Amino acid sequence: MARLHEFQGKALIKEHEVDVPRGQAVTSPAEAKNVAADLNCPVVLKVQAWTTSRKAQGGILFADTPDEAKEHAEKLLGMTFGNFPASEVLVEEKLKITHEIFVSLSIDDAAQSPVLLLDCAGGSGIEDRAETVARIPINPIYGADKDSIAHVVEQSKIFPEMHDDVVTTISKLVDLARKFEARALEINPLVVTEDLRIIAADCRITIDDYAVFRHPELGIEIARELDHPATDLERLAYEMEMNDHRGTFYFAQLPTAGHAETKGLIGFHGAGGGGSMMSMDAATNEGFTIANFCDTSGNPSVAKVYRAARIICAQPDLIGYFGSGSGVASQEQYHSAYGLAKAFIEMNMSIPVVVRLGGNSEDRAVEILHDACGKLPAPVECYRKDDTPAFCASRFAELVASGKTQSTDNKRTVPDFVGKDSSYNFPIQGGTVWIDHANCDDETASLVIKHSQELLKLNDEGKPVMAVDEESIAKKDSELIACEIECFRAGKPVVFVDLQIPQLDQAAA
Amino acid sequence: MAIIIDKTKNVLVQGITGREGRARTKLMREFGTNVVAGCTPGKGGQDVEGVPVFDTVKEGVEKVGGVDISVIFVPAKLVKGAAIEAIEAGVQTLLLVPDRVPLWDTMEIAAVARDHGTNFIGPNTLGVISPGQAVIGMIGGKASSAREWFNEPMAGRTVGVISRSGGMTSSCGYYLSRKEIGLSTLVHVGGDSVIGLSIPDIALMFENDSDTDAIVIFGEIGGSQEERLAELMIEKKVTKPVVAYIGGKAAKEGTRFSHAGAIIEGNRGTHVGKVKALREAGAVVVDGFGDLPDAALDVLNKLQPAGA
Repeated sequence: MARLHEFQGKALIKEHEVDVPRGQAVTSPAEAKNVAADLNCPVVLKVQAWTTSRKAQGGILFADTPDEAKEHAEKLLGMTFGNFPASEVLVEEKLKITHEIFVSLSIDDAAQSPVLLLDCAGGSGIEDRAETVARIPINPIYGADKDSIAHVVEQSKIFPEMHDDVVTTISKLVDLARKFEARALEINPLVVTEDLRIIAADCRITIDDYAVFRHPELGIEIARELDHPATDLERLAYEMEMNDHRGTFYFAQLPTAGHAETKGLIGFHGAGGGGSMMSMDAATNEGFTIANFCDTSGNPSVAKVYRAARIICAQPDLIGYFGSGSGVASQEQYHSAYGLAKAFIEMNMSIPVVVRLGGNSEDRAVEILHDACGKLPAPVECYRKDDTPAFCASRFAELVASGKTQSTDNKRTVPDFVGKDSSYNFPIQGGTVWIDHANCDDETASLVIKHSQELLKLNDEGKPVMAVDEESIAKKDSELIACEIECFRAGKPVVFVDLQIPQLDQAAA
Repeated sequence: MAIIIDKTKNVLVQGITGREGRARTKLMREFGTNVVAGCTPGKGGQDVEGVPVFDTVKEGVEKVGGVDISVIFVPAKLVKGAAIEAIEAGVQTLLLVPDRVPLWDTMEIAAVARDHGTNFIGPNTLGVISPGQAVIGMIGGKASSAREWFNEPMAGRTVGVISRSGGMTSSCGYYLSRKEIGLSTLVHVGGDSVIGLSIPDIALMFENDSDTDAIVIFGEIGGSQEERLAELMIEKKVTKPVVAYIGGKAAKEGTRFSHAGAIIEGNRGTHVGKVKALREAGAVVVDGFGDLPDAALDVLNKLQPAGA
């Protein structure tokens, strides 16, 4: 989820003329001391963490002197919240508060619109007062309706002379939520101070993942809900998703603590959210720990499925690879089969694989995968829509238990002719296609042409070369990978689509 | 009959000249859908698979004389404009296929649709299919597969399917069909957190559909659709039997698995809460997805005693 830290959210609303406490985010105790000294008043130190009970966990401390601030900062910077270590502490002036207002904008799925929750008695114990909190529907096109906000504020105990400004500030916050396409914006509390300032004392903003592309100024690195800081593989996967919009690709690593007490860690490759969740349950029921969630669906390109498989395989200590989705896919499943086969061959798969590729063209998908992967060190088995996830998971458990698992070195091999002067090559999007001209006799050459879907033709010397221009062939990775695998199946591995993932190749080297 | 789509409905495709629009137009027609027009700005005058292409929806509606449904296959960031164009041209039902439509765009579409009394399904939907009649979107893929996978309605033993997962919509239809259960219409409501027609809305349509004897739901954690269906059942607005499976039991708060809508926020939308609400309202909720077809069969058999 594209969540902003409190200090990031505050910087954003401050730019748009909503007051926030004076202060600064720091990353070291020494900095905390300096900031406290500059503020020259009692301060509050707030650890920056995505948690709902920061205060109860000791993440908010008060300091009267700069030295005390330094001590507190040291303590707060050592805290962890779930899987997130605290990396920043916000040091701010301690406010003298007279009134607290709970302001929360969220999305009401039933009403298909935003809703503003407002309570002028503040936010503490709000869960128990759910009945009395005002719910103001917000029109997504026109934004805040000042009259309905004023109606709530006027009934409060806030100094009457402040009402107009409070209403204006709340309206501004609603408009900011709309401007930045927030999925949630919570100011708990918005306060009125003794010196009659209206200040956002806290700030939580979550931006809609799908709108992040329209807000580059927010600097959101990875627009995904994760319960931990993004891992290197997750960053890599996200980059690939953004570079190839053909179909969905979603990858997230899961907590694996305690996997030693289970049958072991497995890589998971699903298709479709609902079917993937169900299939993960099936694998978990067999006693495995799932290292990652991954979804390639919505008619993904072959390259996307291939890259997803490479990323899954790059996780350490896997004892198997389990793939299963909804099982009755509308997409043509042979595309996925080509992508998987290519990855498994390059990785010389030494851990058992079970994938369920049910749906359109499932027979062709099964045939491709079995045939292309039949000589790998570990078994690769492919199933259809009439094979349930539970059956596939239990078959997977049998294969893992049969002891055919070897340790995988996660090393990719490419054919010898790649990079040779005698080989023909041309670029495509995200890689290079190599053809081993030295080993292309007439029979082999015509085989290549037969599987090239008219993208290749014979040159004067009878060798396969591009039949269309570079621009037209650049996005034909799916067809060219199909050609590569079909030649491989025929015992003539003379075509290779080199789709590099430099970060992975370096890590494994 | 069926709901939303049948062979009498006139369908327009927005984005018909794009990769998906072109491919899906062919498949929809092969299954029996009456695709009467397409629309891509600047491509007016062309034709795709024999379907005339117009620059605007309005022009298409005027020239072909009546469009019931517009199916939208344009890039996610252009969906809002396309949807509002179709609503303003007077099309009564829209299907928004693309994934990753920004949330505030969807809410704007919803606001405009409400003002015009327009229904929409999606975004992020695989579509709607009425076996034996027509399909909108991409459920089933090839027409031959869709015919093989999904039974046509059968007197006294026909269910309507509503799913929050695209792939599982097909799975439900396929596995139910293997048990000799007929299907009136399969609806994928879309995986996003804000969508047009939701599970309770579709359930009300099935309630009024003469072909449908019972309703099968593939629900998920997150949001309030299943709970709102339970309310309708308690209020006796939905009286046909409901059989449901709720996915995402193992998911944790705050982590999502693909569907933007399948996320638990606070105490709302939990697996336990949904199962409880539906069971208390009288629905049969199965624990395993594999148990769904037999549970549906059981419910249908009770409606129609053996020998009847």
